[in-house]
Amino acid sequence: MIKFTNVFKAFPKGGLALKDVSFHVAKGEFAFLTGHSGAGKSTVMKLIYADERPTSGEVRVSGYNVNEMRPRDVPLLRRKLGIVFQDFRLLEDRTAEENVAFALEVTSARSSTIAARVMRVLTQVGLAAKAQAYPRELSGGEQQRVAIARALVNEPTVLLADEPTGNLDERATRGVFQLLRDINASGTAVVMATHDLDLVRQAPYRVIELQEGALVYDSAVDEPRDQAAAP
Amino acid sequence: MNLTLREAMLTFKRAPLLSALSVTTIAFSLFVLGLFGLVVVNLQDALRAIEERVEIVAYILPGTPAEATAQALKDIQAFPEVQGANYVSEDDALVRARAELVELRDVMEELERNPLPASIEVKLKPGFRDADHVSIVAERMRGFGFVDDVRFGRDWVENVDRLRGLAAAVGIVVGAAFAVVAIIIIGTTIRMAVLQRSREIAIMRLVGATDGFIRRPFLLQGAIKGLLGGLVAVGLSFGAYLLINRYLLQSAFFTNGQALAIVGFGAVIGLLGSATSVGRHLKRV
Ligand SMILES: Nc1ncnc2c1ncn2[C@@H]1O[C@H](COP(=O)(O)OP(=O)(O)OP(=O)(O)O)[C@@H](O)[C@H]1O
Ligand SMILES: [Mg+2]
Repeated sequence: MIKFTNVFKAFPKGGLALKDVSFHVAKGEFAFLTGHSGAGKSTVMKLIYADERPTSGEVRVSGYNVNEMRPRDVPLLRRKLGIVFQDFRLLEDRTAEENVAFALEVTSARSSTIAARVMRVLTQVGLAAKAQAYPRELSGGEQQRVAIARALVNEPTVLLADEPTGNLDERATRGVFQLLRDINASGTAVVMATHDLDLVRQAPYRVIELQEGALVYDSAVDEPRDQAAAP
Repeated sequence: MNLTLREAMLTFKRAPLLSALSVTTIAFSLFVLGLFGLVVVNLQDALRAIEERVEIVAYILPGTPAEATAQALKDIQAFPEVQGANYVSEDDALVRARAELVELRDVMEELERNPLPASIEVKLKPGFRDADHVSIVAERMRGFGFVDDVRFGRDWVENVDRLRGLAAAVGIVVGAAFAVVAIIIIGTTIRMAVLQRSREIAIMRLVGATDGFIRRPFLLQGAIKGLLGGLVAVGLSFGAYLLINRYLLQSAFFTNGQALAIVGFGAVIGLLGSATSVGRHLKRV
């Protein structure tokens, strides 16, 4: 599904963001990506959705080789992924419904099926009642639910969430996290970058930890470690 | 397609001020171009009036049989360069001379015999009224046995040629300069519209929109802005034309085709400006 093999990433300005990172996320898995700020979590995400290419090593994502994929294949890859960010990234002048529908429209889905699928995912995230609301009329938690609905509407095999709870209070965080767990339970793989260690401890999921660009711990490979000793 | 249209129209709804500014900028750039166009159009009219007077006259030897001249007239009329040819008989020539040369009327009254020759007057089609073609046709007319002499104002024709060359050169150079300025201004305006929506473009890409999908509404929107700007520019030019006619001098306006060309030019620059702006933007991010 997602496979990093000896991946290095250097940015033109700035040092090595990733150093020799290898891991594999299987279909239907839930993996946390943790680490301090600047550790390289977002860089891993960007490599997965082909916003960046590895400097060396290999990144494979649901059948695509990110190293050498043609630019025109990038949109096709992204339609197989759902992506959620800390800052929601909704289109401000479109309603919740239109924001979600938009992700389907770009795939030239038939308009007859769009409305039904949009309502289904909005219901799934618990926002059917606010379908006509604009992002500014929604709370942070609600906006993130719209973003998740948008990520889900293409029925992705992987949901990427880069600090999805970073801007949310505790209650909204719990709600969004539960939603991600439900999504995973229904078969979608989830990769969630976070430095909220409380969340990480709450759930029995895989943990991949980065430190200054290096993968220092992977619960799927390494010995389980003492929770208290975790950073 | 209707999705493209919806997205393009959404821009006008979402950023009405910037859209209006774009259209205004395009309109004024094209208006300046249009004013220059009006000057060119009117100069061309004046030049055409001068060209009208280019004429070739073949004098016919006295005693030439009427059938021979009639046949020659038909032949000349059939020349591809010739618009029309007239036979002027000796008597006609005399009548004309009397009317035109009032000072010599007395002298002419006393003449026993008409000294004026018959002639064939030839006018060329527009596009052939230059020194080269005039000489060629004159030479061909000299080939008729009964033609005594062929005249055309060589200096006159050459001056007309020079004037035409000058007008074309100035028209092309200044027109191109104005057009380039219009393109740059319009391109910058459209670039602003693209930059204003860079966040949106980034989001579109994130959800898997192809570059073509992102580009299409911009192209349409650019073309529409250019089209509207062109329409306003033609309207402004028409206003200017009315004022000029009222207070300055009698002048001509664009033909429908020329007005349409201005609007079309606006649409094309709007389209190309958007294409390059979006293209560059998409390549950069
Ligand atoms: N486009 C870029 N150009 C140059 N350097 C970059 C770029 N993007 C990231 N970096 C650098 O790469 C390193 C890793 O950044 P990254 O955003 O992946 O960290 P992160 O783990 O997501 O941090 P945070 O928790 O703060 O989001 C940082 O040192 C950052 O400065
Ligand atoms: Mg980050």
